[in-house]
Amino acid sequence: MITHLLSIDDLTPEQITEVLDTAAGFKDVALRPIKKVPTLRGRTICNLFYEDSTRTRISFEIAEKRLSADVINFSAKGSSVSKGESLKDTALTLQAMGVDAIVIRHSASGAPQQLTGWVDAKVLNAGDGWHQHPTQALLDLYTIRERLGRLEGLRAAVVGDVVHSRVARSVVRGLVAMGVEVTVVGPPTLVPTSVETWGATVTHDLDETLPKIDVLYLLRVQSERMHRQFFPSEREYARLWGVGRDRLDKLPDDAIVLHPGPMNRGVEITADVADAPNAVIAEQVTNGIAVRMSCLYLMLGGEA
Amino acid sequence: MGERQVLAATDVTRALKRMAHEVLERNKGCDDLVLMGIRSRGVPLADRLAANLEAIEGTAVPAGSLDVTLYRDDYAQTGPRPLGQTSFPADIDGKVVVLVDDVLYTGRTIRAAMDAVMDYGRPTAIQLAVLVDRGHRELPIRADYVGKNLPTHTDQDVRVHLVETDDVDEVTVVDRQRADAP
Repeated sequence: MITHLLSIDDLTPEQITEVLDTAAGFKDVALRPIKKVPTLRGRTICNLFYEDSTRTRISFEIAEKRLSADVINFSAKGSSVSKGESLKDTALTLQAMGVDAIVIRHSASGAPQQLTGWVDAKVLNAGDGWHQHPTQALLDLYTIRERLGRLEGLRAAVVGDVVHSRVARSVVRGLVAMGVEVTVVGPPTLVPTSVETWGATVTHDLDETLPKIDVLYLLRVQSERMHRQFFPSEREYARLWGVGRDRLDKLPDDAIVLHPGPMNRGVEITADVADAPNAVIAEQVTNGIAVRMSCLYLMLGGEA
Repeated sequence: MGERQVLAATDVTRALKRMAHEVLERNKGCDDLVLMGIRSRGVPLADRLAANLEAIEGTAVPAGSLDVTLYRDDYAQTGPRPLGQTSFPADIDGKVVVLVDDVLYTGRTIRAAMDAVMDYGRPTAIQLAVLVDRGHRELPIRADYVGKNLPTHTDQDVRVHLVETDDVDEVTVVDRQRADAP
């Protein structure tokens, strides 16, 4: 039983497998005439978003609604946060209103962890600063397992802006936990020195890595988090680290390409790669709903 | 030993054959039938009932599987259970859905199954076939076709073993306290 989902490291490999197996059962709900099950009837879930989000927020909302939970959407814009209310006071307000789970996205690493000390609700991290985005890692693991039939023994490369990426921190740890051999690739300015403690190896040669992998995971260049110069220009980044048709051709035939979105087409990925048959980016989005339903289902059962 | 056999393999076979005849008599044939086995042991029973119907009438009857986990009423008490596969072999709008399960007890599983079926379409009727009715209903639910009525005590377990899952066809009753004692 999962109490809070703050980091992918909170889950054992057995629990990750349980989340993925359960998600497979939820994929069917999307294909039915009535895309809804009554499982979380009477449970209230608050989506607390302090940062902009399209897919994660909508994905969580759809997952919650398909489980029949009551959903409250809260975004920092247009709330008492604009009047200066602290995270703690907002949390205590939600606690007083009796929510059963809080899905939180925040620009400060550790905000979800803080929240667990203030409320009785189950807390799901939907992305905190540079730290973690565990449901993204789970949906990526699901997508890879569904496409390639297994995780154990696969080889993956995670490429690009690693230093600013909570997705990278979750995905690399999740892949390593499930027995995938991970290589992190990127310009030295965007690869943190701590990567080797994540269980991954580091290389700065993308072209040499491509023929040896089953999974190519491209990260978004997070310009909004770059407060100084990390590379000379987007054009140079695209030439050295971006993946276009020529680099796609260097991958083994059955390798797949993932991207957590939103994509900077023409920077880390070209349009023709994004739309190539072995790019599974749309599947990642579809699977995200089932994986989030699975997490909520596994977390919210039993005596509250 | 607290385990006592109440149906042997031949009894299970005969019961299913008789139930198939009753299904045909009641529905005047099997043209509009869809059998849905409730996971897990209802699924092989639905397949066998379908085979019996086909043997009698000469027409194939679609049989599928139904997982009711997401419709159960005890999620808040007992927590999440593993999910199984639901597969409808045919469109159920305008059809008669026959739910098939191994043991009918409190009726709560059947309540969940009816809600699940309704989310997939609008059958003209839902009927219920069970191998064993052991009584102790907690909801106003009754089976249309019963293999064996088996009066039991609430501290007994009824165990249905099928060749498909347990290598043998039989139904036994176990006295729970005695069986658990060292």
